[in-house]
Amino acid sequence: MSKIIELKKVNKWFDKFQVLKDIDLEVAPQEKIVICGPSGSGKSTLIRCINRLEEHQEGNIVVDGTELSESTKNIEKIRAEVGMVFQQFNLFPHLSILDNCTLAPIWVKKLPKKEAEEIAMKNLTRVQIDDQALKFPGQLSGGQQQRAAIARALCMEPKIMLFDEPTSALDPEMIKEVLDVMVDLAKGGMTMIVVTHEMGFAKEVADYMIFMDEGKIVERARTKEFFEKPKSDRTKLFLSQIL
Amino acid sequence: MKFITKPSKQNIKTFLPTGLVLAFISIFDVFVNAFFNYNLFSFLPSQLSYFLPLILGFTGLYLIRIEFSGYRSLDILNKNINSSNFNALLTLLTVFIIVKSIPPLLNWFILDANFVGNTKEDCTGDGACWVFIKVWFNRFMYGLYPNAEQWRINSAFLILFAVVGVSFFVPTKIKKYFILFLIFVYPFFGIKLISGGSFGLEYVESAAWGGLSLTFIISAFAILFCFPIGVFLALGRRSSLPAIKYISIGFIELWRGVPLITVLFMSAVMFPMFLPDGTFIDKLIRVLIAITLFEAAYMAEVVRGGLQALPKGQYEAARSLGMGYWRMNLLIILPQALKLVIPGIANTLLALVKDTPLIFVVGLMELAGMIGLAKTNPKWLGMAMEGYVFAGLVFWIICYAMSRYSQNLEKQLSTER
Repeated sequence: MSKIIELKKVNKWFDKFQVLKDIDLEVAPQEKIVICGPSGSGKSTLIRCINRLEEHQEGNIVVDGTELSESTKNIEKIRAEVGMVFQQFNLFPHLSILDNCTLAPIWVKKLPKKEAEEIAMKNLTRVQIDDQALKFPGQLSGGQQQRAAIARALCMEPKIMLFDEPTSALDPEMIKEVLDVMVDLAKGGMTMIVVTHEMGFAKEVADYMIFMDEGKIVERARTKEFFEKPKSDRTKLFLSQIL
Repeated sequence: MKFITKPSKQNIKTFLPTGLVLAFISIFDVFVNAFFNYNLFSFLPSQLSYFLPLILGFTGLYLIRIEFSGYRSLDILNKNINSSNFNALLTLLTVFIIVKSIPPLLNWFILDANFVGNTKEDCTGDGACWVFIKVWFNRFMYGLYPNAEQWRINSAFLILFAVVGVSFFVPTKIKKYFILFLIFVYPFFGIKLISGGSFGLEYVESAAWGGLSLTFIISAFAILFCFPIGVFLALGRRSSLPAIKYISIGFIELWRGVPLITVLFMSAVMFPMFLPDGTFIDKLIRVLIAITLFEAAYMAEVVRGGLQALPKGQYEAARSLGMGYWRMNLLIILPQALKLVIPGIANTLLALVKDTPLIFVVGLMELAGMIGLAKTNPKWLGMAMEGYVFAGLVFWIICYAMSRYSQNLEKQLSTER
């Protein structure tokens, strides 16, 4: 099966501090991958390299057949195919939820306004906040905002979705509503890379688990194997603390 | 020994009326003294009668300072202007100063002022000589613009107000055409109408323009152009391209570091020396460019403040949706950043309007300049006070209107309900 994302020997430094060390990663279409690990281990940096919000200094990253490098002119095209959901939602506070969802389709994909609105309403219905479409982000709860952010990313009809700790900034009772949406998305066949500490979610949807520590991929295993027979001691320690 | 019991709810029945009466007498005494020049307590030794209102008022306020009195208005009064002895004293002094200053101001502005007549000799009263403003009013509005052609200035402004007025009531879809017209067509049309020289309109050189209409023309043009230039400079200063970044920094720091009066002088006197022989740029245009670039540097820093206040996540979200630099800035970043700095923008634009009188250094006379000219007219010597009070009032009205508009805009655009 051809890979949609390929990382080979990726290295990255913030000044002198190395955040990513020789990362190799392959993702096939429709695969769901959950990345976990202690804070500061480079999980977020890794997925932010995939849509080039961070630049890597060594190695190759190929997304959907296009190599990301300094000279990538069509980085915007890649980004339009890779949706991203952030820990802090990052909705645009000056626009209504509907406008948040239609802005990029209209201005980046050049869709007619009416079509963009139809797609937006479809996705808002999918995340069950279609009744909030005309409100502003500041009027919604955290869980609703994060679902709106997911809908906004979906409106670009991406091939890949990246989730950067999507539930870490939420109250416990709102986490479930967001995870439900993500499970639904996973079952719909989306390629997903999720950085999260929600192990219940990981067990339910992930094909592969990746455990990172100090900028390295310590362990990569099928989900069942990962939780039942972790190989490295570091993974065992982490799992014993988090489960 | 308790000489006076502390005011409290128990003795409110005696203390409250006594206190109110004392406070009333104190203010009434100052009032009568200020308005009718009559001293109620003239039978007392002079020093005592001088300080009596203060003593009476202070005692009165002390007596009514009752906590949790049960009267809502009394509680509010005590909390706001009578919370301690020191505050009571400040309250009394403030009231006395206001009461004392009303009669002389009233006299000078209206009661003793002169409104009738056509020459300085008609001003026989002690108050202001508004005849001066009346006689020179035309000059204060239009400068040295020929009287017969003044309808052109009037109609230029009438058309502007009409277009702006109508644009408030048309649906949003047509509104943008109004705005485009106002920005790209109207300025050149307006200038052509006022300067003339074609379409059968007599040419009026810009040296003859002046008065309040020139204040408006300069302010409007400078505001119109300094705003976009400032925004570009702000973006440029944060650019990742070193050339653009350092050019922007250099430009901003150069213009911010030089006094406006120097800039104006250079634009009018030194700049022409660098032009090849035979080329000529109108003085007013040179001054306009100078003011625009000067204010643009300030505007850039205000806008940059807004750009820096936005969380990094907004940039990342925009980029993750596939937006390039310009779409990200125009659709996501600037709308939010500009909204944040509306007070700062208003501040800069108000300063711009109030800086226009400085164009006198190059011989252009807007409102304050014309007043300065009129007061040196031999027939009208000694009218500086009237003239500058008038100028102050007009500038205040303009600036206050702008300030109110900016506050309005802030409220309209706020989405954090």
